[in-house]
Amino acid sequence: MSRKIIEMHSIVKNYYIGTPNELHILKDISLEVEEGDFVSIVGASGSGKSTLMNMIGVLDRPTSGEYVLDGIPIRKMNDNQLSDVRNKKIGFVFQTFNLIPRNNALKNVELPMLYAGVERKKRLERAKELLTLVGMGDRMDHQPNELSGGQKQRVAIARALANDPAILLADEPTGALDSSTGRLVMDLFHKVHEQDGKTIVLITHNPELAEETNRVVTLHDGMIVDDRPGSGKAAE
Amino acid sequence: MFLKENIILAISGLRSNKMRAFLTMLGIIIGIGSVIAIVSIGDAVTNNVSDTMAGLGANNIYVYVAPNENDSIYGQMDGSGTQKMDDSDLLTIEQIERVQKKFSNEISDVAIYESAGSGKAQDGHLYANVSIYGANPGFGSVQNVDVQRGRFLQDRDINGSRRVAVVSDKLVSNMFEEGTDPLGKKINVDTADGVNTYTIVGVYKYVQQGMAGMGMGVADKDITTTMYIPVTVAKETSENQNYSTFEIKLKHVNDTHAFTDRIEAYMKHLYENNPKYTCTAYNMENMLSSVTSMMGTISIAIAAIAAIALIVGGIGVMNIMLVSVTERTREIGTRKALGARSSYIRMQFIVESVIICVIGGIIGIITGIGLAAAGVALLKMKLVISLPVIFISVGFSMLIGIFFGYYPAKKASQLDPIEALRYE
Repeated sequence: MSRKIIEMHSIVKNYYIGTPNELHILKDISLEVEEGDFVSIVGASGSGKSTLMNMIGVLDRPTSGEYVLDGIPIRKMNDNQLSDVRNKKIGFVFQTFNLIPRNNALKNVELPMLYAGVERKKRLERAKELLTLVGMGDRMDHQPNELSGGQKQRVAIARALANDPAILLADEPTGALDSSTGRLVMDLFHKVHEQDGKTIVLITHNPELAEETNRVVTLHDGMIVDDRPGSGKAAE
Repeated sequence: MFLKENIILAISGLRSNKMRAFLTMLGIIIGIGSVIAIVSIGDAVTNNVSDTMAGLGANNIYVYVAPNENDSIYGQMDGSGTQKMDDSDLLTIEQIERVQKKFSNEISDVAIYESAGSGKAQDGHLYANVSIYGANPGFGSVQNVDVQRGRFLQDRDINGSRRVAVVSDKLVSNMFEEGTDPLGKKINVDTADGVNTYTIVGVYKYVQQGMAGMGMGVADKDITTTMYIPVTVAKETSENQNYSTFEIKLKHVNDTHAFTDRIEAYMKHLYENNPKYTCTAYNMENMLSSVTSMMGTISIAIAAIAAIALIVGGIGVMNIMLVSVTERTREIGTRKALGARSSYIRMQFIVESVIICVIGGIIGIITGIGLAAAGVALLKMKLVISLPVIFISVGFSMLIGIFFGYYPAKKASQLDPIEALRYE
C-alpha cells in the first residue's frame, strides 16, 4: 500500500460575513490522495474548489477538521511553520503564472530554494537542471515580460518543482493559454508525473482535462459528490 | 536574511522606474544636501574667523569701560538708549600708563586708539576711502601692523600732535602713480570735520579681513582701508579726552586667561565708586568661544530645518513604499505561496526603503559638497569637508529608510496570501 500524501478528515470552512450570516464554503470534506497519484478536482464556480485548493496548499486553515500533509498535521501550526510547509511540501502552479517581475527565469526558479536556505551554487545548478527539463534551457536569462504565456507557465512549473515538493498543486494551469499551448503544458504535467512519480493535484473546470488524470473528484456546493477514476491518458 | 538578494532586487526595481525613484529620493537629497552644504560652509566660516582672530592676536587682552549691569535699567530709562560717557567715567592716559608700569613684567605693549570717523583722500580725480584711527606707537606692535615702507607712528608724533599718517599700500596704489615714493607726500583727507592734510610717514600692507570680503559688489579701488594718525590728533576733534578702551599685548602667551582675570580685578577696583560704569577685560579666546557658540546656535537652527526636510522626505518615501506594496500585492502573495515567511517580506521592503534613502543620501552629500564648494569659492575661503558629518548623514539616511519603510513593510508582510493572490 502506498503512502498517503493528503489526508483530510471532515474539513469544514466557514466564512463569517457578520453574524448571523455565515457562509459554509466547505462542508465535511474527507479526501485522501496517495503518493504518485494524479488527481483532478472539478466543479463549477462557487463549488468551493478554490477554497479546497487553498486548504491543500496550506494557504488557509480549516474552521474544523484535520489535515495531515505528507505525515505532518497542519492544524496547530503557526504562520512561520505554514510558510515552511508551503516552501518544502507544495509546488504551486497558478493560472496567471505569477512569475516575479524583473527576475529572470533562473531567478524565479531559484526563489523557493532561496527561501529554503539552499546555498547559491546548488540553487543555480538545480534551477538550470529544472529549466532544461521543462524545455526552457535556452531562455534562462529571459525576463518574464520577454516570455510567451506557455513559456511562462513552463518556468512556473520548474519553479514549483524546485524544492522537490510532496505535491504539485496546479490551479487552472491552462486557463490563460490557447488550446495548443495548453496541450503542451498538460503534456509537461504528464511527463513530470510519469518520470518523477510526482503527486499532482489539478484544479480545473475543464472536464476534458480532468478526464486525462487518474482520478476525478467532483465538488458541488462544498461537498464531494463524485470520486471516480479517470483515463489517465491524454486524449489523442 | 537574503540581504544581498534583497539589495540586488531593490536596485533593479529602482532602475526599472528611474523617474519615480528620483522623485522619491528628492526630499532626502534636499535634506541631506542642505545639511552638508551649510555645515561645510559654517565650518569654513568658523575656520576663517579663527584664522582672522589669530592674526589679530588671539592672546591680546581688551580692556573697556562698560555700563554697570546693575544700572542698565536706568540707562535705558533715560530715553537716549545709551548713556553719554563723560571724561570722569573714562580712563585717563595716566591710568593706562600706570597699568602698563604695574604689570610691566607681563605686558609687552599697550595700544590706545580713537576712531576719528571715515573720509576720503582726494587728489583731483584720484581718491581712496579711508577710516581714520588715532593710535599710539604701541598699536603697531599690538595689532601686528605690517609696515613695509617708512615707519609706524612714534612718540614724537604723539607728543607733538604732528599731522602724519600711516596708510595702506592700497591707498598708495590708488593715489600715486606706480613707482612714486609715497613717503613724505601730503594727502588731503575729506572728513565730516573738514579737509585735513597729513604727511605720509609709513605704508603698511593691507590684509583683507575675513568678512570684509563679503562686501560683494564693492570695486577693488573703493575698498575702505584704515589710515593711522597720532591719537592726540584724533582727540582734537573728539568730545572726550580720555579713553573708553585699550588693548594689551602680552610678553608670554600661555597665561592669557589668568592675566585677563588679574587685569579685570585691577580695573574693576578703579571703578568701585562709579555707580554707572565698570571696567572689564576679555581676550580673543573668549570671543572665539562666543563665535563658536554662535555658530553652534546657527547649526542647531539649521539642523531643525534639515530635520523637517528629512521628515518630509521620509514621508515621501513612506508614501511611495505604500504604493509599491499595493502595486506588488500579487507578487507578495506569490512569494508567500512559495514559502516566504512574513519576516522575509518585511525585510525585502525595508531593504528597498533603506536603499532609496541611502542612494538619496549619497546624492545629497555630493550635491551638498558641490554647493558648499561653490559657496566657499564665492566667499574666497577654504572648503572644509567634515568626514564625521558625511558618515552621520549616511547613517541618518539609513535610519530614515528603516523608520519610514517599516510601516509599509509591515503592511506587506501581513497581507493574507489568498487575498494577495486574488488581487487584480
